[in-house]
Amino acid sequence: MFPRIVYESFRHQARRKLLAGIAITLGVAVATAMIAVATDIGDKINRELRSYGANLIVTPQEDTLDVEVGGINLKPPSDGTFLNEADLPKIRGTFWHNNIVGFSPMLPVTVKLGGGSGAKDVTLVGTYFNKPLHFGRQDFTTGVRITHPWWKVEGSCGDGALPRSGRVEDSPAACGWPNDDSQNILVGERLATKLAKKPGETLDVAGRQLTISGILSTGAAEDDQIVAPLALAQQVLGKPGAVRRLYVSALTKPQDGFATRDPKTMTPEVYDRWYCSPYVQSIAYQLQEVIPHSHAEQIRQVAQNEGTVLTRIKGLMLLVTLAALFASALAVSAAMATAIFERRIEVGLMKALGAGNLAVSAIFFAEALLLALVGGIAGFSAGALLAHQIGRSIFNSQISIEPVLFPIILVIAVFVTFAGSAAAIRRAVKFDPVFALRGEG
Amino acid sequence: MGTLNTPKQVADRRAQATHTSMFARMLLRAAVLRRRRATAALLAMIVAAAVATAMMNLYVDVQAKLRTEFRNYGANVVVVAKDGQSLSGQFVSADVLAKVESTFGAKTLAVPFSYAVARTKDGQSVVVVGTDFTRARQLNHWWKVNHWPDAHGEALIGMRAATVVSPNRQPFELSFQGKEIQLAPAGMLQTGAGEDSRIYLDQSEFQSWTGIAPSTIEVAANGSTAEIEALIRQLAQILPGAEIRPVRQIMEGEANVLNKTRATLYASAALVILTSALCVLATLIGWVFDRRHDFAIMKALGASERLVNGFFAAEAAALGVVGAILGFFLGIGVAAWIGRVNFHAPVVPRFGVFPYVLAGSVAVALISAILPITMLRRVEPAIILRGE
Repeated sequence: MFPRIVYESFRHQARRKLLAGIAITLGVAVATAMIAVATDIGDKINRELRSYGANLIVTPQEDTLDVEVGGINLKPPSDGTFLNEADLPKIRGTFWHNNIVGFSPMLPVTVKLGGGSGAKDVTLVGTYFNKPLHFGRQDFTTGVRITHPWWKVEGSCGDGALPRSGRVEDSPAACGWPNDDSQNILVGERLATKLAKKPGETLDVAGRQLTISGILSTGAAEDDQIVAPLALAQQVLGKPGAVRRLYVSALTKPQDGFATRDPKTMTPEVYDRWYCSPYVQSIAYQLQEVIPHSHAEQIRQVAQNEGTVLTRIKGLMLLVTLAALFASALAVSAAMATAIFERRIEVGLMKALGAGNLAVSAIFFAEALLLALVGGIAGFSAGALLAHQIGRSIFNSQISIEPVLFPIILVIAVFVTFAGSAAAIRRAVKFDPVFALRGEG
Repeated sequence: MGTLNTPKQVADRRAQATHTSMFARMLLRAAVLRRRRATAALLAMIVAAAVATAMMNLYVDVQAKLRTEFRNYGANVVVVAKDGQSLSGQFVSADVLAKVESTFGAKTLAVPFSYAVARTKDGQSVVVVGTDFTRARQLNHWWKVNHWPDAHGEALIGMRAATVVSPNRQPFELSFQGKEIQLAPAGMLQTGAGEDSRIYLDQSEFQSWTGIAPSTIEVAANGSTAEIEALIRQLAQILPGAEIRPVRQIMEGEANVLNKTRATLYASAALVILTSALCVLATLIGWVFDRRHDFAIMKALGASERLVNGFFAAEAAALGVVGAILGFFLGIGVAAWIGRVNFHAPVVPRFGVFPYVLAGSVAVALISAILPITMLRRVEPAIILRGE
């Protein structure tokens, strides 16, 4: 009899059940999407914060002082020690290699522009643009196009199309960016104006005729400099394999008191925990391990601030998610309460026929459970789709939904539906059958 | 028979008089008699309005809150003298600073910097920078300094510069174009960038030693990218001898993160508001549907369709208005609380949001009243009264 009553109730009140079901589905969908977005937002914003550039710098341990004013390096170029370019791919072998978004070596060299008496000192920086490297079995590309996303290049495209801005996202065709194994260079915006040079022309740099593939605009010191492939800078300097600085862009966890502790004073257990947390300090420590004779340090301007911004945005989304959960719980409860309140006459009839309070409640709870399960499953799928859409349209990447979320969401859906129905069921059960049957609701 | 006492006139007058008061009375009595259902409906309305208000308030205010957060990244505009001259070529440096600050408006921080390459006793070159320490401290929150210089003859020394000029934190000597200066290290500076190789001095001390006036002003200005670019063009006309450029690294990073956050918040706010509207809809449909007896009795007594519809609509609208007003204040409270918890600064209440909340609440309430009424209209009053 019990299953039949429940079944018949769904069959005959299909429209009302549908309304309650839709409410549950929508509520669960919003909750799922919000939880998915909130759990993933930290990672997404962390990646967006990488557009501020590298947060770690690696220098030779015994480095001499930089003497640089207004983008012009006054230090004798061969002075000091260097990092070895051959060590760089090893960064991919560190514990947190998946958190390392990219890295760019830098080798500044002071060069003479033009021959003869009109020669002029300019800084030429050698770096990777988008260099393919491999470590072990991994193949990857890295360079300034990843670590310095605000660098813009104006140049002619290889296929003769119109010049376009050269950001990685805008043009996969890499218009204007030189190849890492070419002899082509980028000339800073202000320097190019001073020299009256355009892309495609050649420039006499330290006795070499180099082709300008694009004009670089960064809003910083590079606007007065020449940027060239690293190999070219090494040739000019006469030191193959030399790298002066290395910028590393890594996804890090906001730092806390634990992050800043000195690893030398830790017990092995604490040390392991510290080592295996993606703090900017522990990543710096690991970089020092893989690159011999190096000193890795956080760039405080970037590293210190991203923690605060990240914490704020995550906190905000958490509170908004709570509001969403609250609103959807309320919507589900309201829908259930309404659905049950309308069935007082039915309750009166059942009670008049001798059904106990327990039996009547059981029927309603069974119906609620069924609704919650169906609505929960439909809502979860709709919510996953919604989260996917949000991720695609806002962050241009997938928002992953943890499968473990499914049972949790289902339990929450059942719980909220029960909680929403409980008050209404109690009132329906307590209602005097005589009044109900006489229609005096 | 007086002109005022024909039965028809009396009936007319009474109908007129009781009619209007009856309308208000029914509205009120309905709420009082069924206060539990009315409270539930009103509560749903209040919560929805509160959530909507809070979300709209946050959406408007969060950008401003995050912008102040982003200003911790330091300068987003740099003013440089053209061709390496000092900025006082045309103006007194204090004048330039004042001009920059007045152009970019209140809450703008402009910090002057001047540079020189000096030599240590053993002939090492080191960059010495003159600046205003109080301003630099506000601008560059990320500078890790153990002690800021506060006395004459004290310098702030970068970590790496310290190993060269003053490894044991002893006083040291620097010379610039034959002029010498004796300095005591006050504190160490650590930034992980170029600043680590430099020595910072107070501007007046630096200028009396080297004779070099500030050549660079770093500015932290508030505003969107477009606003700041407009201000830069404006400032370029006031200071023709200077080159003013945005720090792209900071500006683009900020725009990027801010846009993404705003879009996410927008999507979330839309979802939350939609859900709370759904909640109101579900509750109000129940509340109106529940009153089908009133509906049937009114119709059985001869009320016109228009009157009955008007009555239910007025009831829903009243609920919407009361709910919106109460919910608005609750929502402002919630937004302020979120601001305090998350940003450690209250969110400023935006009363401009109120009309939207009010219109939205009344609209949702009316929709939830109209839906069941159109359903009931097709049913004969007799059937409802018989309880079927």
